[in-house]
Amino acid sequence: MVYSIRGFDLAALDVEVEPIAATPASRGRLVFWLAVAWIAIVASAAIAADWLPLTSPTDMDLLARRAGPSADHWLGADALGRDLLSRLVFGARISLSVGLIAPVLGLIVGGGLGMLAGYFRGRFETLVVGGIDVLLAFPPLVLALAITTYLGQSVLNITITLGILSIPALTRVARAATLTFAEREFVTAARALGAGHGRILMRELLPNIALPLIAFFLLAVAVIIVVEGALSFLGLGIPPPAPSWGGMIAEGRDSLDAAPAIAFLPAGAMFLTVLAFNMVGDRLRALTDPRQGVL
Amino acid sequence: MLGFVGRRLLYLAPVLIAVSLLTFLIAALLPGDLVVATLGDEATPDKVSALRHEMGLDQPLMLQYLHWLGGALAGDFGRSVRTGELVLSAILQRLPVTLELMLFAQLIALAIGMPLGILCAVRNGGAFDRLVSAIAFGKLSVPAFMSAIVLIYVFSVRLKVLPATGYVPLDEDIVGNLRSFVLPAVTLGFGEWPVLMRVLRSDMIATLQEDYIAMAKAKGLKPWRILLVHALKPSSLTLVTVTGINIGRLIGGAVLVETIFALPGIGRLLIGAINTRDFVVLQGVVLFIATGFVLVNFVVDMLYGLLDPRIRLGRA
Repeated sequence: MVYSIRGFDLAALDVEVEPIAATPASRGRLVFWLAVAWIAIVASAAIAADWLPLTSPTDMDLLARRAGPSADHWLGADALGRDLLSRLVFGARISLSVGLIAPVLGLIVGGGLGMLAGYFRGRFETLVVGGIDVLLAFPPLVLALAITTYLGQSVLNITITLGILSIPALTRVARAATLTFAEREFVTAARALGAGHGRILMRELLPNIALPLIAFFLLAVAVIIVVEGALSFLGLGIPPPAPSWGGMIAEGRDSLDAAPAIAFLPAGAMFLTVLAFNMVGDRLRALTDPRQGVL
Repeated sequence: MLGFVGRRLLYLAPVLIAVSLLTFLIAALLPGDLVVATLGDEATPDKVSALRHEMGLDQPLMLQYLHWLGGALAGDFGRSVRTGELVLSAILQRLPVTLELMLFAQLIALAIGMPLGILCAVRNGGAFDRLVSAIAFGKLSVPAFMSAIVLIYVFSVRLKVLPATGYVPLDEDIVGNLRSFVLPAVTLGFGEWPVLMRVLRSDMIATLQEDYIAMAKAKGLKPWRILLVHALKPSSLTLVTVTGINIGRLIGGAVLVETIFALPGIGRLLIGAINTRDFVVLQGVVLFIATGFVLVNFVVDMLYGLLDPRIRLGRA
């Protein structure tokens, strides 16, 4: 089964890749749980940001501009004297909420369309596949830029834009998975027992395609966090002064000579988070791939 | 083969039409009245409606679209509302920069990805293979703007050997031109090598299990000769395709990289048009990029069909 997801920026998803040489299962499991733990830490910090003893991410402490770590600013401060730790945590809130909500949108719309297309086939399928091809005809970043320009910059609009962007890949995965299951005996049996289309779709097919969909959902989260970062980096994403990791990296660029940490801290946070989602998603995808029944 | 090309061409037309319609609508529905913005707040209603008429904005959307598409087909994408420059000439003037960037990036990706892919396939499952595969997996989580920051920090800020911004035209100074392309091309190429490496590695592993490779070994041929002469070519099919698809993906990456390193390519033109709300340029550039993207993918499909008969017979 090849799930092509080539409309996206992350190339790992492009091609069917030979499973990476078997690492000892114990080490693989450790890495998997480390990734889960990191996601949990970032997520709880993002959720609890308001109650943590942090200074406001937009407060400027002009005496601490580009300062290194101190008791007041644990990770130092940026070029405007804003607390880096606080901006990292509040930036996580934006990156994660956009990164999680946008693919949910894609999961609902794309997953639904893909299932219906794979189940009913015919004209509807042709239409859906054609529509996907049109969306995939635009380089993703270019499409994201064009739609955000149209909708205007706000967290909600960015989320909608990136949600639209995640539809084609999830539609493809849902359709491919549905196609393989729709012809199986248990579906025929359900039909023979008089089950309607709705029941077959929800009770017979959905549970079977849920795992591949969730695996791809996690990979999509990683991609969306990157694209949101790229938009914010270009100054066309989350509008300042709200902190976002991509925006922080862009701001840190001007201080690379004096205080490289201003750019490298958000870059590191983003890298680890994207890597963690990729690892968990990849692991789940391996679970659904019959050729490598390990985990 | 002709039937295959014909079917694909028939499919291409509606996709391109839908792409142009979507491009047109996104820009045409852009919020903010451009005419008022162009003339300033003090423009009289008469002047506003006159300019609106002149730009054809008082016509129904469908007519505007057909008019625009007709122009675009004839190579007329209109004029920038900001600078009055012809959009097509603006694109053509910046195209060479983007193409040069993409060419260098692709070469760098191949130069890193191919040897690593071959070496990993030879020692499949060994320590080197696992290390490189792990790095490749990690590299996929590093977006271009992150690599760019690291490269700028190391080579421009610390070592001071390469410029972080500033473009030198090719006809002025070849060395300067190449130097201004090093960091952008490495940034862009770095994002692509893991895909190429993984594709070549997995195809190569399959090829190396073929009987004729065992035969070549038995004949006592040198290992490098077996690898580069006997095994590489049959293993390159997917690599060719992915390299082709990458051209399309590189267009998107180029937008980002050109902006970071201030290279005057198509990507900068696009970002500039977005920042100044220059919708005529925006429409033109997006249509140009998307059409290029579709056509490149079409050619890659054709190539693949040419190389692998199973695909053009629709059985793969």
